[in-house]
Amino acid sequence: MSEPVNETNRELQSLISRGYQHGFVTEIDSDTVAPGLDEDVVRLISRKKGEPAFLTEWRLKALRHWFTMREPHWAHLKIAPIDYQGISYYSAPKTKKDGPKSLADVDPKLLATYEKLGVPLHERARLAGVAVDAVFDSVSVATTFKERLQAAGVVFCPFSEAVRTHPELIEQYLGSVVPYTDNYFATLNSAVFSDGSFVYVPKGVRCPMELSTYFRINAMNTGQFERTLIIAAEGSHVSYLEGCSAPQRDENQLHAAVVELVALDDAYIKYSTVQNWYPGDAQGVGGIFNFVTKRGECRGRNSHISWTQVETGSAITWKYPSCVLRGAGSIGEFYSVATVNNYQQADTGTKMIHIGRDTRSTIVSKGISAGHGQNTYRGLVKILPSAHGARNFTQCDSLLMGAQCGAHTFPYVEVKNPSATVEHEASTSKISDEQLFYCRARGIGEEDAVNMIVSGFCKSVFKELPMEFAVEAQNLLAVSLEGAVG
Amino acid sequence: MLTIENLHASVEGKKILDGLSLSVGRGEVHAIMGPNGSGKSTLANVLAGRPGYEVTAGRVTYEGVDLLALPAEARARAGVFLGFQYPVEIPGVNNVYLLKAALNAARRERGLPEVDAFEFLTLVREKMKLMRMEDSFLSRGVNEGFSGGEKKRNEILQMLVLEPRLAILDETDSGLDIDALKVVASGINSLRSPERACVLVTHYQRLLEYVVPDFVHVLVRGRIARSGDKSLALELERRGYDWVTGAAA
Repeated sequence: MSEPVNETNRELQSLISRGYQHGFVTEIDSDTVAPGLDEDVVRLISRKKGEPAFLTEWRLKALRHWFTMREPHWAHLKIAPIDYQGISYYSAPKTKKDGPKSLADVDPKLLATYEKLGVPLHERARLAGVAVDAVFDSVSVATTFKERLQAAGVVFCPFSEAVRTHPELIEQYLGSVVPYTDNYFATLNSAVFSDGSFVYVPKGVRCPMELSTYFRINAMNTGQFERTLIIAAEGSHVSYLEGCSAPQRDENQLHAAVVELVALDDAYIKYSTVQNWYPGDAQGVGGIFNFVTKRGECRGRNSHISWTQVETGSAITWKYPSCVLRGAGSIGEFYSVATVNNYQQADTGTKMIHIGRDTRSTIVSKGISAGHGQNTYRGLVKILPSAHGARNFTQCDSLLMGAQCGAHTFPYVEVKNPSATVEHEASTSKISDEQLFYCRARGIGEEDAVNMIVSGFCKSVFKELPMEFAVEAQNLLAVSLEGAVG
Repeated sequence: MLTIENLHASVEGKKILDGLSLSVGRGEVHAIMGPNGSGKSTLANVLAGRPGYEVTAGRVTYEGVDLLALPAEARARAGVFLGFQYPVEIPGVNNVYLLKAALNAARRERGLPEVDAFEFLTLVREKMKLMRMEDSFLSRGVNEGFSGGEKKRNEILQMLVLEPRLAILDETDSGLDIDALKVVASGINSLRSPERACVLVTHYQRLLEYVVPDFVHVLVRGRIARSGDKSLALELERRGYDWVTGAAA
């Protein structure tokens, strides 16, 4: 009996050809700086943003340092050469002279773009109870809910605005977790970063709503270099989510962001990412190079930083959201789902640096590989001599779909204190034909069955996401794995 | 309801079913018995549409439809249920979630509205009581960490919720202690009706003491060697399969 072309297969075909949903380009006038990078470009960016002298100087120090560095190639990635002088380091939608004062002043075309992406800037935001900062190419276009947050004393605004309104906080904290000398991409970002979000939650304040930033790369031949800084003062509590997408283009685009988190005594920061940059087409042409440095420092006693990431997009993902556990009794967590399909590559994981006494960390990584995708978990658990009684638990699971993909695991463990406890569990499995047939024999179509099984695999990570985003993440995963089985 | 004519099937190139014919009418319970390797489980899997089972000749008609032309999920939605011999574990996927998805897939097929979470839970709890299953089962993953007996009871629970027209139970009795066997049997019996039919694939006569079949067939080397009523099962038990296989040779 030859396998009949059934309904599911036909559906599958149409789903596959549907492809990436967010690949549209917005026709909008942009103010874009000519490609190339030198001190003049950095000064220009700094001037356009009206920055104080200390920041211009900091950028220039970073640039000078960057010129002495070499692109890193230790990751398990094949990266096409990047022409750093061929990239434009600043692109902004042209707005009225002083920029938008409120949502009403924002270009309707921009708002329509975010509407298409499902980012709720207007009433929907109010309903969802989420404050959104939207970054379009290099510039933050709208921040919702400012008043309510201000009443609580929370500062949530574009980075470029914070530079003007809270320069003392920027000067104190910028680069204090990720110094400008940190690594090639972080150093580049330090020189040319354009915008991003800034959050400050004062002492004892529980942020009244989820904070969210939505990043979008639109212009051609531009890089996006956001810089996000979140400071949670003593006893405060904040949950922050970032989402990303980009238009479909044949050339690769560079995204080199830096995120710094600082948690003081008893503070809690939850940082969630749902990353859906354009992954390139089925042949591996185009797509975003997502080279990101994310690090949080639990500076205070009993502070707590939790990273959750769902990575479905990008041609190449290179990121290791990490925690420096300095304060005694502080806690670091990393929950990750990374999916690669077609020719996508991911080299991702975390670093947990235990410095303080009785610090604890948990790592749960779920890697899903399909098509020709290559997925690497790379993690470091480092227990310093001072970290008496430190504990780590790591769980690393890989799921393979098909025979051409790959899963790789590089766990590094360095223990310098004999009282520490480090546990590591790892597994690699396949979606079995048995599991698929079991679901189908209960009337559940193949595509739904795959989604169900994959969601089950990712459950321990999804449950860490804020409710409304857990659903989005699950749908995104379903889209990115379309056609992976069958 | 179900007509199997001259069915030939092979697995990995090896011929297993060799001209099997069988007719199952509404309201009937048929027991398929036979020695190891005679093709009992292959028959169950071919009827349910498991990939890898190649039908080389013959036809199967279910409610007037060519069953073999349908993919597995369409067969299930049309009311064909396979009770698995070895139910697989699906970690992280909630038991009840899978069952609800299955029920709603069948309801959509019949043009019925989907059941909501509340209605569904009421239904499942009622059936769970019948199968003497604990509440904790509701929050567990599909067959995750289940004992052999729990897996089999879970299969019957699914059957009770889905109310199939044709249930094919593949060695549901194997690995059950006597108490669990009684629970499983009462579950099967509760679904007996003039509208439904059941094919029990079993190795031993034991289950048939509790679920009394209308017909008993003995499968030998991929075809039915002997058919009769429930007394045939008893005779097999007494005389062993050699009695039939010898006659068929």
